[in-house]
Amino acid sequence: MRIGVTIFPGSNCDRDALYAVERIGAEPVELWHADADLKGSDAVIVPGGFSYGDYLRPGAIARFANVMAPLEDFARSGGPVLGVCNGFQVLAEAHLLPGALLRNTGMRFVCRRVRARVETASTPWTASCEPGEVLTLPVAHNEGNYFADPATLARLEDEDRVVLRYLENPNGSANDIAGVCNEGRNVVGIMPHPERVSDEALGSEEGLRILRSVLAGARV
Amino acid sequence: MADSLKIRILVRPKAGILDPQGEAVRSALPALGFGGVGTVHVGRLIEMEVESTDEVDAMCRRLLANPTIEEYEWEVVG
Repeated sequence: MRIGVTIFPGSNCDRDALYAVERIGAEPVELWHADADLKGSDAVIVPGGFSYGDYLRPGAIARFANVMAPLEDFARSGGPVLGVCNGFQVLAEAHLLPGALLRNTGMRFVCRRVRARVETASTPWTASCEPGEVLTLPVAHNEGNYFADPATLARLEDEDRVVLRYLENPNGSANDIAGVCNEGRNVVGIMPHPERVSDEALGSEEGLRILRSVLAGARV
Repeated sequence: MADSLKIRILVRPKAGILDPQGEAVRSALPALGFGGVGTVHVGRLIEMEVESTDEVDAMCRRLLANPTIEEYEWEVVG
């Protein structure tokens, strides 16, 4: 399986994501922001960082990068896409995921490990997890405070589209939401960084629980 | 540009949206001895020169503001 990782100016988790892809035994594919295609990727990770310096709003400029056009087609045709941290912000700005990520309520950059519960295994990125399973994952963000209007939040809950939920909310996120998926369930955005816990040398391999899921699922 | 128009766009958090930046400013002002400050909202001011204002709304909707969380208004200033 080929898993693409997008690289924008200012991405800083791209190498970690490419390494994590190797760790699950898949073939990592670098997708430069100026690329016009996904180089045959079977799944795509939009990694964390500060794409385009977070100018205007996090993700606002990245969503118009060249590589986003084929990525949007891929996502709309059911291809598995995972946005992590800034990647989640990019996918929300691109309207591939509902809602938006606001400034943390504490007005501080939060960088620590948090516990988060996998709320649904019915996505290609959580298919190998048990619903209710609690993972300890790093977060590192300034804008991780998930916002959606009350009707959208109710719909996300009713449709089992909250993918990850914080046990201790680090940023003021609505309903303690750490991750959501789109209507088709193939596009997932999460604030915690599974790629940063993809090797015991980094202290834990718990992130592989999420990343390995995509190997089983193929397209949904 | 020969006949350019100067426009000023104001982008701010929608009413009712939590505004942590505004809240931080609101709580900082009394600490400096400034009293009587109620609600504070922090937005973004964008100034640009354009040949025509035809597409300003489209620019705001697609890029300059995020309609999920922000509202905008603009005016010609010169």
